[in-house]
Amino acid sequence: MATPPVDRTDDSTLAPLPAGDAPVRPVVRGVVAGPEHIVACHDCDLIVSLPPLADRALARCPRCQFVIHRGAHHTIERTVALTIAALVLFTAANAFPLLTMKAQGNETVATIVSGSRILWDQGNRGLAGLVLLTTFVAPLLHSTLLLYVLVPLGFGKKAPAAADVFRWIGHVRVWSMAEVFVLGVLVSLVKLADMADIVPGIALWALGLLIPVLTASLATLDPDEVWSRLDRSGEL
Amino acid sequence: MKQRTAMAENLVTCHDCHKLVHLPDGHDHGTRCPRCHGALHFRKPDSLQRTWALLIAAVVLYVPANVYPIMRVTSLGRAQADTIMSGVVHLFEHGMWPLALIVFFASIVVPMAKLFALVHLLVSVQRRSPKKPVERTKLYRLTEMFGRWSMVDIYVVAMLAALVQLGSLAQVEAELGAVFFGATVVTTMIAAESFDPRLIWDRRGRPKHSEEHSKTHG
Ligand SMILES: [Zn+2]
Ligand SMILES: [Zn+2]
Repeated sequence: MATPPVDRTDDSTLAPLPAGDAPVRPVVRGVVAGPEHIVACHDCDLIVSLPPLADRALARCPRCQFVIHRGAHHTIERTVALTIAALVLFTAANAFPLLTMKAQGNETVATIVSGSRILWDQGNRGLAGLVLLTTFVAPLLHSTLLLYVLVPLGFGKKAPAAADVFRWIGHVRVWSMAEVFVLGVLVSLVKLADMADIVPGIALWALGLLIPVLTASLATLDPDEVWSRLDRSGEL
Repeated sequence: MKQRTAMAENLVTCHDCHKLVHLPDGHDHGTRCPRCHGALHFRKPDSLQRTWALLIAAVVLYVPANVYPIMRVTSLGRAQADTIMSGVVHLFEHGMWPLALIVFFASIVVPMAKLFALVHLLVSVQRRSPKKPVERTKLYRLTEMFGRWSMVDIYVVAMLAALVQLGSLAQVEAELGAVFFGATVVTTMIAAESFDPRLIWDRRGRPKHSEEHSKTHG
């Protein structure tokens, strides 16, 4: 039957390890003073003793070179700021035209969701769902859920079900494909420019700015730090 | 210094929050992470079988994805259907070779490379190959990273369909090939997610019924 899990991670000593050799150190640039703690490499399961890292420093697994940890100081403040910026840009990207096509005196305007709507109307519901999920639902959900967890945490409080929500965020992120969508829009733009008058709209610029903001927010987010703060914070 | 794995010490890393949890009796069945409540597994459950099943499904879906047209362009009563490959060829013929290359890479090279990479990883793990574990782990990470870019063609079809709506003058519609292609991308993404790269390191010429092996299925 189920074994009740024993929590030992907060021992920064080598408690779970039987007597013997000390665990290996990661390959690391930029260590700061502080207690080390034991982690296992995500990709090869090697036990590594991880020192606290300087901002933007990387710790790589000595065996498989996986980036075990990425130093990200002020992670909550920076990630919240970048996520709010991302939400503003995402709202603009949805409120304004993405591409406008002028041909034979007609004008057609496409927004982010109009692709899914047309596919749905044409009877391709599965495809419409996939496009809507990856270009609208997942990016929106990812940013909103992140703020739901991080904003209260910035004040030392834990939102209701914050641990579960933060766990789901990891799964939602995989299906958020804004950067791939931008490439798709650019390809369509060039393809159509050949046969019609095509004008990029404000939404395309907003999306273009959204990509570096999203990349930066991934770099400033230190999930390990968020988890350990969630452990320490009181309920909201 | 001696290299030790977490599993050998009865430690399991939570897949969702990376917490290291000690399971003293070495059984992960039905256990949950005390921190994030995700299910705990020493290794992803039935990783090889699941990845194979999804991979075979992806190969099966990839055939109609290439055979059927992904979109139909109707212009002044004339309909023209494009498959993934003929779309790339048309772009080349129109001199849009940077675009042709992007679509060729995203829709043909990436999915094929991903399928081959996963087959290679599965076979080498099953053969308990001791060779190049670092390179194979990196190959896995690349597979995970680039799979999503195959969605480009789906987005192009969606945008063209949204824009070219001039009724009888000109119209673009998504076709069956796009549905199968979308399904291929999703299936390979889930297949890559089901593969456990730690198996590359566990199974390097060890006897078949090692302690690790029984734990994987325990
Ligand atoms: Zn490693
Ligand atoms: Zn967890």
